[in-house]
Amino acid sequence: MADTANDQAFVEFERVQKSYDGETLVVKDLNLSMPRGEFLTMLGPSGSGKTTCLMMLAGFETATHGDIRLGGTSINNIPPHKRGIGMVFQNYALFPHMTVAENLSFPLEVRKMGKAEREEKIMRALGMVQMQDFAGRRPAQLSGGQQQRIALARALVFEPELVLMDEPLGALDKQLRETLQFEITRLAHDLGITTVYVTHDQTEALTMSDRVAVFDDGRIQQLDPPDTLYEAPQNSFVAQFIGENNTLMGKITKISGDRCEVTLDDGEVIDAMPVNVTEVGQRTRVSIRPERVEMDKSRLMPDVHTLKAEVLEFVYMGDIFRTRLRVAGNDDFVIKTRNAPDQVRLKPGEQIEIGWLPQDCRALDA
Amino acid sequence: MAEVMQAADGTPLKRSLARALRRQKLRALGLIAPLLFFVLITFIIPIGNMLFRSVENDIVQNTLPGTIAVLTAREETGVPGEDVFTALYIDLFIAEEQKLHTRLGSRLNYEQTGASSMFRRTGRAVGRFDTGTYTDAITDANPAWEDPAHWAATVEANAADLPRTANAWSRWQAVFAAEGDEIGKRNLEDFLFTALYLDLRDADAAPAGLDAAYDAARATDPVSIKDAFIDADDKWGAPQIWETLTLYAPKYTPGYFLNSLDYQKTPDGIEKRPENEQIYITLFGRTIWMSLLITFSCIALGYPIAWLLANLPMRKANVLLILVLLPFWTSLLVRTSAWKVMLQQQGVINDVLVWVGLVDNANRLIMINNQFGTIVAMTHILLPFMILPMYSVMQTIPPSYLRAAKSLGATNWTAFWRVYFPQSVPGIGAGSILVFILAIGYYITPEIVGGTKGVFISNRIAYHISSSLNWGLAAALGTILLVAVLVLYWAYDKIVGIDNVKLG
Ligand SMILES: Nc1ncnc2c1ncn2[C@@H]1O[C@H](COP(=O)(O)OP(=O)(O)O)[C@@H](O)[C@H]1O
Ligand SMILES: [Mg+2]
Repeated sequence: MADTANDQAFVEFERVQKSYDGETLVVKDLNLSMPRGEFLTMLGPSGSGKTTCLMMLAGFETATHGDIRLGGTSINNIPPHKRGIGMVFQNYALFPHMTVAENLSFPLEVRKMGKAEREEKIMRALGMVQMQDFAGRRPAQLSGGQQQRIALARALVFEPELVLMDEPLGALDKQLRETLQFEITRLAHDLGITTVYVTHDQTEALTMSDRVAVFDDGRIQQLDPPDTLYEAPQNSFVAQFIGENNTLMGKITKISGDRCEVTLDDGEVIDAMPVNVTEVGQRTRVSIRPERVEMDKSRLMPDVHTLKAEVLEFVYMGDIFRTRLRVAGNDDFVIKTRNAPDQVRLKPGEQIEIGWLPQDCRALDA
Repeated sequence: MAEVMQAADGTPLKRSLARALRRQKLRALGLIAPLLFFVLITFIIPIGNMLFRSVENDIVQNTLPGTIAVLTAREETGVPGEDVFTALYIDLFIAEEQKLHTRLGSRLNYEQTGASSMFRRTGRAVGRFDTGTYTDAITDANPAWEDPAHWAATVEANAADLPRTANAWSRWQAVFAAEGDEIGKRNLEDFLFTALYLDLRDADAAPAGLDAAYDAARATDPVSIKDAFIDADDKWGAPQIWETLTLYAPKYTPGYFLNSLDYQKTPDGIEKRPENEQIYITLFGRTIWMSLLITFSCIALGYPIAWLLANLPMRKANVLLILVLLPFWTSLLVRTSAWKVMLQQQGVINDVLVWVGLVDNANRLIMINNQFGTIVAMTHILLPFMILPMYSVMQTIPPSYLRAAKSLGATNWTAFWRVYFPQSVPGIGAGSILVFILAIGYYITPEIVGGTKGVFISNRIAYHISSSLNWGLAAALGTILLVAVLVLYWAYDKIVGIDNVKLG
């Protein structure tokens, strides 16, 4: 049906490029398609073009090339105020000369809404963020967290279908950030709004989103749900950017289906799963999560290769133990083990043997 | 009972805190002391002095103490009798010796034209009055009167019987004492003998040791001093000067202020000046009105520039800022004169307009030596004072506010008017206060390009300070200007709120 087809792609970027100076492309060939109601996060290091993408969607920057569509129609030539997109800014951007209620009233007034209706909507929006008692205050009289709640309420009060948030929690402390992360996701799902959320904090991205788009160098490196992203990174940038990772450099010596053998630079051989390597002789960066490294030989497959390792450091972190090893000449190889009653606590200088399931070890581009 | 909090060494906490703070305050005071001193000398004291001068009027009393005493004591008006003229004779004689009478003349000239020449002329004449007869009669009767020592001894011994003489003698002595001198033989002037003569005539019997003089005085006919004065200048015989003297007798006078507001003191009370002498109210009105116009043109021209400055990329903004500040690098005089070149009838603008054909050669526009010229030139000169505070306020308004407003559905205009503009108001306020206060007291530019119709009150003040030397009036005008600014400032605070003024 046509309707569902539209729903499938509520927000679309097609071959979008952006250059500010006419010399370098800040956004290179962006393709993205979001269904209605999705919470999508753009995650990436600073300067990777996330804000630029958001601003093109909001209409404050024009795409140098390509097409941006909202609900199936191209919005390239629609000015920002007609796009009906709610926005939450990092510095809140609450109007300092207006009270909280006036701030919320603003988008309704410019839509020529009647007074009674406005008041009802304002109270409802303030109720959503538990700020009803602050309607008469000025932004300067609110704490950072409260201001961010109001900014959120203001972006939602005119009931937009799409809300954009550019690092909205960046200026808040950790605890407040976690509370608000939860509130934002709850609101977005309850109201069924489509949300594009920008952050450089991977934990935030993983915990909040339906899907995460990892940005680097003006491109989406991978667009997947959080678990896939974490467990099955498609390239070495994503693997290194998301979560902690151990990497070893080597060369493919055997490859067949979803198994390959990698000879490390110091000559040892390991088993891995080829992700974006295709042929024997190619250089590769193998990546394995610290919590997937196994020290107990009995839990590995019998024919699997193992590596010798020397314990360099043991850190007690409460819920887990973090042990740093020297593996195949790499001094930064980390393993994490759960703090269970029977868990061994390794001592520096100990010689151990480690291994892993081949599907947990991903052979990526070098 | 509440325990008194104590510091570690047992002294009450409050006291040790106060001590610590006092040391800080003293140090701070020490740092600002030079500036405080400078401001005191160059600002506070001159302003106090100006306020004082605008009401001060002790020159009449100080110069003519005797005359004023008799004149103000009498009931009737009009030309006074012999007693007042005698007192005036003594006062003028002493004043003439000190060369003070011309100063008094100039002072009274502000109130009555002709007073200056009247005093100068009379000052020359007092030495030649016919009172020599008294001198001759008394010295003939007792030659000891030619000796200042005799005078001193006798006057002192009979001060109660010879009030006029004692008074005249002691004032005469004071004049010489002020110069470190003593009264010599030559300085026993006629007026002393006149005082003595009159005192003796009034006495019922000869005071002790003054028999000879007493008899001589009785034997001599009085001379009319009044006639002598009218002889010297016939205006002494008209009531006008006496009215003026009576009106300006007090040590403090509202006269300068009345004058500044086109009123005057008359024997019948305070009255409006005749139509053709009213200038100051018009001038004040024009000054305030034109300063407002200048302030508004500065806002209109400066706002977009300040906005550009605040929103351009750093490098371009810096170039623009230099252009804004460029006028400060040239002298005010040069800039104003440049406007003269631009605006005059044979000037650049007229030439261009004629060349383009917009203006007929015969009817070239008059843009200088009128209000238009003043407004144009002063707007140009004061513009940076408007731009800079606006700029520094606009710099603090993040562009995200405008974006937020637009994302909420506001058009460009609504976003500007409801979100950006209110936040820039403090800058407009600061700039306006600055420009308005500078404009209201501006002097050089209106002087050069203002002609007669475009001059400000300050030009009048300058005139009274340097040309007419009527400092009292200048001070009163200045004080009114100061009060006007303070009142406007107060009104501004009430309407806009002074907290809404920011310089950045
Ligand atoms: N207005 C602009 N003019 C010129 N370059 C810009 C502008 N905004 C961003 N850039 C450049 O574009 C790149 C991407 O910026 P941005 O989208 O803000 O990245 P992110 O939000 O991921 O940190 C950066 O290199 C930045 O310097
Ligand atoms: Mg950004």
